[in-house]
Amino acid sequence: MTAETDTKTPEAAAVPPPGPAHEQKAAPRGRRRLLTRRDRITLALMAGVPTVLHVALVWVTAFASIALAFTTWDGIGFDSIKWVGLDNFRELFTNNPQFWPAVQHNIIWFVVLILVPTPMGLFLAVQLDKRIRFSRVYQTAFFLPVVVSLAVTGFVWQLVYNPDTGLINSLVGANKPGHYIDWIGDPHLNLWAVLIAASWRHTGYMMILYLAGLKGVDPSLREASALDGANEWQTFKSVIFPTLRPTNTVVLVVTIIEALRAFDLVFVFNKGAQGTELLSILITNNIIGESSRIGYGSAIAVVLLVISLAVIIPYLIATFRKERRA
Amino acid sequence: MSTPTAALDRQRPRPPVRPARVLLHVFLVVTSLAWLAPLLWAMFAALRPYGETSEKGYVSWPDTLSLDNFKNAFQQSDMTHYFVNTLVIAVPAVLLTLLLSSMVAFYVSRFDFRLNVFLLLVFTAGNLLPQQVIITPLYRMYLLVDLPGITASGKLYDSALGLVLIHVAFQSGFCAFVLSNYMRMLPDELTEAALVDGASVWRMYWQIVLPLCKPAMAALATLLSIWIYNDFFWAIVLISTGENMPITSALNNLSGQYFTDPNLVAAGALLTAIPTLIVYFALQRQFVSGLTLGANKG
Repeated sequence: MTAETDTKTPEAAAVPPPGPAHEQKAAPRGRRRLLTRRDRITLALMAGVPTVLHVALVWVTAFASIALAFTTWDGIGFDSIKWVGLDNFRELFTNNPQFWPAVQHNIIWFVVLILVPTPMGLFLAVQLDKRIRFSRVYQTAFFLPVVVSLAVTGFVWQLVYNPDTGLINSLVGANKPGHYIDWIGDPHLNLWAVLIAASWRHTGYMMILYLAGLKGVDPSLREASALDGANEWQTFKSVIFPTLRPTNTVVLVVTIIEALRAFDLVFVFNKGAQGTELLSILITNNIIGESSRIGYGSAIAVVLLVISLAVIIPYLIATFRKERRA
Repeated sequence: MSTPTAALDRQRPRPPVRPARVLLHVFLVVTSLAWLAPLLWAMFAALRPYGETSEKGYVSWPDTLSLDNFKNAFQQSDMTHYFVNTLVIAVPAVLLTLLLSSMVAFYVSRFDFRLNVFLLLVFTAGNLLPQQVIITPLYRMYLLVDLPGITASGKLYDSALGLVLIHVAFQSGFCAFVLSNYMRMLPDELTEAALVDGASVWRMYWQIVLPLCKPAMAALATLLSIWIYNDFFWAIVLISTGENMPITSALNNLSGQYFTDPNLVAAGALLTAIPTLIVYFALQRQFVSGLTLGANKG
């Protein structure tokens, strides 16, 4: 079983092996009768305690966000909560200079992640899957950024981008007054600067997911393709890539969610000041900033929640349906 | 599917050295170095005294390389204190997450109650939500819960307990999903036989199922420790006193207060990263297998 966990593709993990699952359906009635009263209480507690904790802290708060989005509340006492209908949303959509840029940046974040580091990760995975020497060493080099926290990554990249002392400006001679390229401060540059750091990390993550997917590709497919005289690119395009479909789905979902969650890097960089606004940053600034506009912050959270659920729910339904069929 | 071919394939010798191979290695060496460049650059800056770099510029041949910056960063900011803060949060959080999620997984995978799929769906979907979706009400809730005498702040807010709870609640979604898939692979006869022999449900879980899940638990423990150690967001919002912060978010405060020059910031950042790197290098296999076990993690 240990060996299996190594080679398992993400999708395979979601699908139980065919054997026991069938028997399980037939068994429950007989089995349930064997449970004593005490067993039932134990079971109820085993499932109940974690569920209560998870639902109370995650789902109740998510629904509370929805409710609060239609109110104004300064956070002092419950009686200051006032129902305002769609006012928060109206103001958000029409009157907040940061909202639409934030939406746009979240979209750019996703597009960049899916177009640059994802294919790069796939490319590296394909190369490293060729049974080459030192594969582990290369893998580690590409994967290290995933292990280091995003906050630390933010600090490390600041050293690269710093106008005065940073690596880039020092190399291109832009570190003298009057010649500065302000990678972090310039609103036309900073989003791209952060995205390079984000891509740096995402590549390694994608590489590992694709490596796992590639391990699951049936080797006889490759052999058949080689016998047919296909070259490397043809084999990849017509044989390998189509079999990676389950991995691609996971990669797509992971990337969307990463784009929606993006926070740490930007917060460390410039707290989402001009040019790097993100939905997550707007929400956070509404809480830890001076103005405690709870209803308003919740309205932004609802926008984020709706987008997220639009991705999460279809994905999970598909995953779980497959699981039941297996 | 085709086990014989797979076995053969594994034993297949590496292809002979061809120009294409050499080229691939050259490409990989160059790219790997480029990938490590930001970290190496931080290391280089951290090893040099500030006086020298400000005089000669950062891209220059070093006269002195020393660990002074690391020593200073460590001492000036009392980093030990923040590492302990992290430990106080991460250890209970990892253990509790594993305990609670394995119980849910056991329930969902071993007993065929009607709501199982739905329950698992609730857990998994909850884990995929961006944290910011729930933070506003959570923050308010944490301020409302009074815990006089239990936490230093007297509230759930600004306490290690508060962080542990949200980590457990949030991460158990992912772990329950992975562990339930894992437990489903265990043959049904195992627990059925125990049940017929009159073993209690708890015994089935604790003495039969859990020991068999060790590989998955190890993988998850590795992942969780790195994730929880690396957490920045919960700590930034739910902890207000700098003193109470875990190391990753404390670094954010320190870099303004104590760390005056970039070299010291570099040293501080690298020191913060060391524990995760140690965990990763020591348990690389578990980490990677954990990540691909349940790749629906965001």
